[in-house]
Amino acid sequence: MSVLSDVLAAARGEGRAALIGYLPAGYPSVAGAADALCAMVAAGVDVVEIGLPYSDPLMDGPTIQRAVEAALESGTTTDDVLATVRSVAATGAPTLVMSYWNPIQRYGVDRFAAGLADAGGAGAITPDLTPDEASRADTDWLAATDAASLDRVFLVAPSSTEQRLRYTTEHCRGFVYAASTMGVTGTRASVSGGAKELVERVRRVSDIPVCVGLGVSSAAQAAEVASFADGVIVGSAFVRRVLDAPDAQAGEKAVADLAAELADGVRQATPR
Amino acid sequence: MNPDAAGHFGPYGGRFVPEALMAALDELAAAFDKARNDETFQAELGALLSSYAGRPSPLTEARRFSEHAGNARVLLKREDLNHTGSHKINNVLGQVLLTREMGKTRVIAETGAGQHGVATATACALFGFECVVYMGEEDTRRQALNVARMRLLGAEVVPVTSGSRTLKDAMNEAMRDWVTNVDTTHYCIGSVAGPHPFPLMVREFQRIIGDEARAQVLDLVGRLPDAVVACVGGGSNALGIFTAFLGDPDVRLYGFEAGGDGVETGRHAATITGGSPGVLHGSRSYVLQDDMGQTIASHSISAGLDYPGVGPEHAWLADSGRASYHPVTDAEAMDAFALLCKTEGIIPAIESAHALAGAITVGRELGPESVVLVNLSGRGDKDVDTAATWFGVVSAEEIAEAAKAGVEEPAQDASGEGW
Repeated sequence: MSVLSDVLAAARGEGRAALIGYLPAGYPSVAGAADALCAMVAAGVDVVEIGLPYSDPLMDGPTIQRAVEAALESGTTTDDVLATVRSVAATGAPTLVMSYWNPIQRYGVDRFAAGLADAGGAGAITPDLTPDEASRADTDWLAATDAASLDRVFLVAPSSTEQRLRYTTEHCRGFVYAASTMGVTGTRASVSGGAKELVERVRRVSDIPVCVGLGVSSAAQAAEVASFADGVIVGSAFVRRVLDAPDAQAGEKAVADLAAELADGVRQATPR
Repeated sequence: MNPDAAGHFGPYGGRFVPEALMAALDELAAAFDKARNDETFQAELGALLSSYAGRPSPLTEARRFSEHAGNARVLLKREDLNHTGSHKINNVLGQVLLTREMGKTRVIAETGAGQHGVATATACALFGFECVVYMGEEDTRRQALNVARMRLLGAEVVPVTSGSRTLKDAMNEAMRDWVTNVDTTHYCIGSVAGPHPFPLMVREFQRIIGDEARAQVLDLVGRLPDAVVACVGGGSNALGIFTAFLGDPDVRLYGFEAGGDGVETGRHAATITGGSPGVLHGSRSYVLQDDMGQTIASHSISAGLDYPGVGPEHAWLADSGRASYHPVTDAEAMDAFALLCKTEGIIPAIESAHALAGAITVGRELGPESVVLVNLSGRGDKDVDTAATWFGVVSAEEIAEAAKAGVEEPAQDASGEGW
């Protein structure tokens, strides 16, 4: 059992879903992002996702794009991301990196996996890498994550066929990321009805924990998703708080406040 | 050469996309497979290509231009004469027919120079489909005429303001639209790039260029050409003309990339010459990227070549040595642009002018008995403003003067050392 699996199981033991919070590394600064992430953990986030800034984030909506562009403009590097992982993992919260594939490939697949493990990272989420490519010799993410004992999280979507749900969950370790809706990251007024159906479809083919992301921003939405999923993933809503804050300190407080609200939310869910 | 079942050309190609798109890509691959072997589909596409797009496009021998290309026989495959003004219509008609077969009614596209956007808007008007074209804000300025054309044809043109505001960012935005609306929407990618099956499918819809040209050259010259020359941005016109010759080992294949201010300056779009293997927009190929794997903004005077990626089959052809790729600078391309205007009465697209500049070098190397086939992939009407600015003139008379100056002083033979 990995540290991530332990935390998800512990949340389940308390009859609630885990809260997973995302911010990209390097925004508003490398240190500022690390502080904000640690503040999120202190306020009740169970699992942390650290975004690796990338120039062409085709799964991300305008909120995350804006933060990531700023992080890149200020020169954030992959080593900065790993340093951020080290700071956040020191809190004891399982810490994942969310990265598009090219920066990992460029850093060196084995080198990245080893570096992430060394920094205390629990694993990685790869939004544009499916197990199909991850298993090929010229990518070999499966072997690299095995060698470094990292969890690897792939995505499933409402459009995934049963065959693909089976195939994808077989290759995930830790949890599977269920995209609640067809679309990119960003807050939405309501959680898509497709999310619950997708989680049910995954449960019919696999025992792996299912965490739901895309569009969750409020305590009420977190409670709703927590009633059927093992984890609630919140990204853009946190990023929005940092973007809107007048300074880093205010941003840190704003994400902590949101984390506390969402942590209440995942505890108010009707038990499954 | 053909990719494996998952779209890999050697180590290149494949699918690096969000899971949400996998079902749509599988659906598209299946529809394309079916259409390839379906006589009814092929007959309908063939009829559109001839009665609507104007195929076959002619082969023109460029006699006066050849004098500047070592007196090699330079033959121009006239894709500029197609309806909408470039080779892009070949692919779009195929994909719009597939859109109908899949029961979708909305088509989105990215465009750089606007040629693919115009072709897509045109085909959507013909089929009554809703059409949305994503175009970098920077490109909407330098290709304003094509923006107007797309809007006249009923398409919505969305200027993209993220990132470098050019073709790569337009492609990101189109991908985001697609993942959101994939149930009703087909993403009509305009080049041999993107996730499988696009590189294979677009090549197959474009290979008619080379299939026609091969027969036309045999008919005109009685033998195969010594060299086939094309410009390469994403690379669809190049693969369109190369594919028919891949099995002819004596035919040399040359791709000319946009060298911008010169590859050594870093301001260029010569992806194979100056890039390295990486993943961009759904497939592995050569990419202009920094040490961290961040895409580097490309530069070219030609909006259609201003792209930091290239189709995966080109990467494989380059590695295998079957085709070779060389940069042509903005200045070399514009000299060739002016030369073709003045010697042949043909205004080429600036994209195609890169191929013409390459043909001059290849012709000089291969000599007077050689036959050099050039894909004249598009016409230059859209580029008149850019050319007027480049030559420092605003009036038609002044453009003519500048072109004349270029012809009277043909490029020095000594300048043939680099591509």
